[in-house]
Parts: sequence; structure tokens; C-alpha cells
Amino acid sequence: MPAVVGEKLSKIFGQGDGQVVALKDADVAVEAGEIVALMGPSGSGKTTLLRALSLIDPPTTGYVAIGNDVVFEGARVLTDDRQLRRKRMGIIFQAYNLIPFLTSVENIALVLTLNGISRREAMARANKLLSRLELGHRAETYPATLSGGEQQRVAVARAVINDPAVILADEPTAALDTERGKAVMDLLRQLGRVQGAAVIVVTHDERMIEGFDRVYHMTDGRITNH
Amino acid sequence: MNLAIRDVKYRFGRFLLTAFGLGLLLATVMAMGGIYRGMVEDALSIVRAPGADLWVVQKDTNGPFAETSRIPDDLYRVVRAVPGVREASPIAFQSVQLDYGSRSVRVQMIGYRPGNLGAPPAVAAGRPLAASRYEMVLDRKAGIPIGARLPMGRVTFTVVGLTEGIVSSSGDSTAYVSLQDAQELQFLKANEAVRNERARLQAGLGANPALASLSAASLAPILQNTNLANAILVRLEPWAEPNAVAKRMERWNHYRAMTTAEQEDVLAKNVIERARQQILLFRIILLSVSTVIIALIIYTMTMEKTRDIATLKIIGAPNVKIGSLILQEALALGLLGYGFGAVLINLVYEYFPRRVAILAFDQYVLFGIVVAICVLASIVGIRRALSIDPTTAMGGGA
Ligand SMILES: Nc1ncnc2c1ncn2[C@@H]1O[C@H](COP(=O)(O)OP(=O)(O)OP(=O)(O)O)[C@@H](O)[C@H]1O
Ligand SMILES: [Mg+2]
Repeated sequence: MPAVVGEKLSKIFGQGDGQVVALKDADVAVEAGEIVALMGPSGSGKTTLLRALSLIDPPTTGYVAIGNDVVFEGARVLTDDRQLRRKRMGIIFQAYNLIPFLTSVENIALVLTLNGISRREAMARANKLLSRLELGHRAETYPATLSGGEQQRVAVARAVINDPAVILADEPTAALDTERGKAVMDLLRQLGRVQGAAVIVVTHDERMIEGFDRVYHMTDGRITNH
Repeated sequence: MNLAIRDVKYRFGRFLLTAFGLGLLLATVMAMGGIYRGMVEDALSIVRAPGADLWVVQKDTNGPFAETSRIPDDLYRVVRAVPGVREASPIAFQSVQLDYGSRSVRVQMIGYRPGNLGAPPAVAAGRPLAASRYEMVLDRKAGIPIGARLPMGRVTFTVVGLTEGIVSSSGDSTAYVSLQDAQELQFLKANEAVRNERARLQAGLGANPALASLSAASLAPILQNTNLANAILVRLEPWAEPNAVAKRMERWNHYRAMTTAEQEDVLAKNVIERARQQILLFRIILLSVSTVIIALIIYTMTMEKTRDIATLKIIGAPNVKIGSLILQEALALGLLGYGFGAVLINLVYEYFPRRVAILAFDQYVLFGIVVAICVLASIVGIRRALSIDPTTAMGGGA
């Protein structure tokens, strides 16, 4: 059974003449432990699809299930989307989006404390993960003084610390040079594999697609292959 | 993990500076409150100082502070005979200018009969007036030391004692002298005025054949009446009811008896009313300004975090977490600002030229108001934060 399923997802922005159809009956299903890439030209609807699956911006119509739970059906959100994301999803942004006033380790621990884990334990687990990522020496550093690659690796750690069932990453390497981009992508795949999460990574970059189990291609809001 | 503490810690310098600025503003609010209270206290100090129960004044006047009241000083003998009256003694007030060295100091002169009602409640340094003449007890406020000699008109006064905190409604120091001295100063004219008066009198006498043989110089002292006072202070027997005694006295024509409460009321309502309202209005304006500024600061602080708040929403932080971040920061700012303000005002209030009375009650009320403003302002910020679209954190090139 797939860890994340989206069926007949459609998203329409605006009304009348100004209407934009960003998703048209898009279907995706990713198994636990599977790592897929999502590719397509600019404006094809990749970000919109990730937002729809994570209910950050729910689809106009369609069906979304995370594991056994149907979280969206018809045109209705059936769950507390914040809780869904903090408990069962990890999200990685192109612009890293670390909280600037939290240190690296606090950025990671935050996710655990949001899930009700004590600060002490959260910090311990976050520190441990940072050490594993060879970022232990940057634990007490604020994001502003980290390099882009370091920031994104901290962001990856933040996304995986809560053992998510689903990891969604929107162009996580777009702001990085090839070498650092590859390092981040490797880390993402490795952690995804270890944790048995379903990972969907949006990428523009053909050089990055080796190592993915599958590739979804999107054009004009449709998934054009399976 | 407390986000407010982290954020404040991260931007500590700026936070401190903002709180300090707010503290300056709040110190101004506190100063205004203190000036307001100080003004009322000053005005009442002179009424309260003699510890009288009743003030007998000229009929149809509001007594010695609000209007001119002139009554014969020996009226006190009649007043003393009224049942319920324990003591009665005349008192005279007038504003005079003292010259001390190169300075000239405006004082409120109070003439009373030493050993009787009207004396200052306490002398902080030196001694009270003895029966002797040309002595003076000043308030410290005047800045004139004991032993100073102050020429006034034809005589010279010696400062024998100092009081603390007894001033007129305009903040002038009081100057206690004997009633006789005060009457002389108030009702006896200066040399030049006396000469003019005599010349006029002489001219009048000359015009009237029947009086032509009289000399103005011998007549003048008889015509001059110095036996006037501005009020009779009355202290009642413990069992006497002030209003009842006052009613009884008012049955005589020509006089009015005011209770000390009435007198205080007159002072607070008539004499300093406009100044009071002025300051009150200014306090309200300052508080409104503070409200707007606090709201603006908190709104700006929220706007600066738009992206972070969007990110928090995406990683699943509940609204309570986001709301409390803003509320806690607002409160921290308000409290720190209040603290700065309180420390500042406590450091400087003594150096104001007039009394600034910082009352604990006022401070508590202001504290409550500041907390309320912060809560209100954070509601504005929280509304803004909750309406932030999480997708702003997750776009193509965000
Ligand atoms: N909030 C919105 N309002 C209106 N139209 C939108 C909105 N968000 C996205 N769109 C439109 O939906 C379409 C798909 O956008 P989306 O951001 O999903 O593309 P994308 O594949 O992620 O592109 P890119 O590779 O440039 O990030 C685009 O035409 C875009 O203009
Ligand atoms: Mg995109």
C-alpha cells in the first residue's frame, strides 16, 4: 500500500477569464521507501502538486490519502493539516526556510517539541542527528552564518527528525552548486531510504535524477507518465 | 521550545533599544501622572497644613485661595463662642516676592498668631515662630537657609525654620510669619504709597473748611485699618459636626463657613481645574500615542516574521504556538518598557521644578493599561499572523 496517494487532483486558481488550471486530474502514488523525482517545465504544476498533497494549499477537487488515512476527498479537508504535517510529513524548501532566530539544533528540535516531546529529549535527538550528518560543529550556529549547503542539510534534518511517512522537497538543490546539490540529494535519498519514507523531490535538473526509483513528468498540470 | 525567548535573544540589542524607547515614552506618561498628582497635592497641602475643620471667610466668596476674602481679625473671638468650636484663630495669605542675594523668590506668605491655629504641621529644621516679630518659617523649596535675613518693605525678616512640602497651588514655597507682620505687609503701604495717600488726604482736608485744621499725618494711622485677615481657622470639639456648626455660623450675615473638604474641593475644582484638565488630556493623548506606537512595533515585528510564520505553519506549528510567540513578545516589550520607564522616572522625578508625586496606585493602573495595550496590540499582530498564507514560504523562488 502506498504511503501517499493523490488521485484526480485538480487545482484551479482564479475565476472566469483569469482562471488558471494548475492541476488537471493528476494521479500520484508513492510507496514507503520509494524515492521519486517530479520533473517538468516551469509552470507545469509541480509546486502546486506538493502543496496539494501536503494540504498547505488543498486541491480544488480530488483525493489524498496518507497511509491509511484519507485526508482529502471530494473538495474537503478531512484532517487537521498542521497536525498531519508535523506528525507525518517532512517538507524541504528551495530557500531552506530555517527559522532565523533558532540555532541549527533548535530548528530541528522545534519539530519534535511541536509534537509534544520534551525540550531536553528533542535537543538530544536533534544533536545526535546533526552529528550523524557531520554538522555537529554547526549545532549552535544561527542559519544566517551557515552556507547554503549547510542550511539545506539542516533543513533536511528538520524534515526527517519526526520519522515522517512522506517527505516532500521542492527544488531543494536549485540554489546550490552541483557538488553541494548532489550532497544534499544524496543525503535526502539516504535518509529517506533508512526511514522508509515516501519521498517526492521536485527537480529541474536532469543531472540530479540518477538514483531515483521513478520519475514523474508533468506538463500543464497533468502527469504525463507513470 | 519558547519561540518568543529565542527571538528576543536573537535580536536582543534591537529589542532592548525598542524597549528603552518605549520606556522613555512610558516615563513621560508616568511623569505626566506625577505632575498631575503633584499639582493636586500641592494645592491641597496649603489647605491641609493648618489642620482646621472650618474656614470662616467673607460671605459670597470661596475663601482665601480662590477669591479675595477680607474679614476682621477679631471675628475669631465671636467664632470661639459658637458651641462646638474649640479653637479659632485668624489667618492671612498673600503672595510676596522675597529677595535673597541676587535671586528673587515668589512665596505664599501665611500670617497666623504663633501658638494658635495656622502653624505649619511640622518644622523640618530650625524652630517654629516664637511670638516675636519679623521671624519667618520658609519651605525648603524656596532654597533659602535658616538664618538668612530678608528685607521686606521697611523691615527685615530672619528665617528661623524650614518646612518640607508645604507649597501653594502654584507650587510656590510658603512663608510663615506672625499675623501682625503679615497684616503690616499686606495692609500697610510702602513709604511712597503712604506719602501719596497723605498728600491726597491733605488735599481733601484742605478742601473742607471744617477739617482744615487737622493734619493728615496725625489722621492717617487712625484711618488705616490693619486689623484684617483673610479667614478664621476653626478647630472643632471632637463631638461637633462640621456641617452643623458651619450652618449655624452662616446665619450671621457677612460670613461664610466652609469645611476643609469644601475648601479642598474649591481648590481642586476652581483653582487648578484647567491645569488639571490640561494635564489629564495630555495624559490621555500620551497613552493613545503609546498605544499606537506599541501596536505599530508589534505589527512590524509580526510583518518581519511573515516568512518565518509561513514556515512555521508549513512545518505544522499550531496557531496557539504562533499566537503566543507574538503575545509573549508584546508583553515582554511592554513589561521591559514599563520597567525602564519606572526606573527612569524614579531617578529623575525629584529634579522636576514642581512636585511630581509618583503614587503606587497610579503606577499599578498604568501597569494594567500597558498590559492591556500589549494584549490589544498583539491581537492585531496575531490576526495578521494567522492570515499569513503558508504558501508564501513555499514557492518557486521564494
Ligand atoms: N496562488 C496562485 N494563484 C494563481 N495562479 C497560481 C498560483 N500558484 C500557482 N499558480 C499558477 O499555477 C501554475 C503552476 O504553478 P506551479 O508553481 O505549480 O509551477 P511549477 O511547476 O512549480 O513551476 P516552477 O518550476 O517555476 O516552480 C502556474 O501557471 C502558476 O502561474
Ligand atoms: Mg515550483
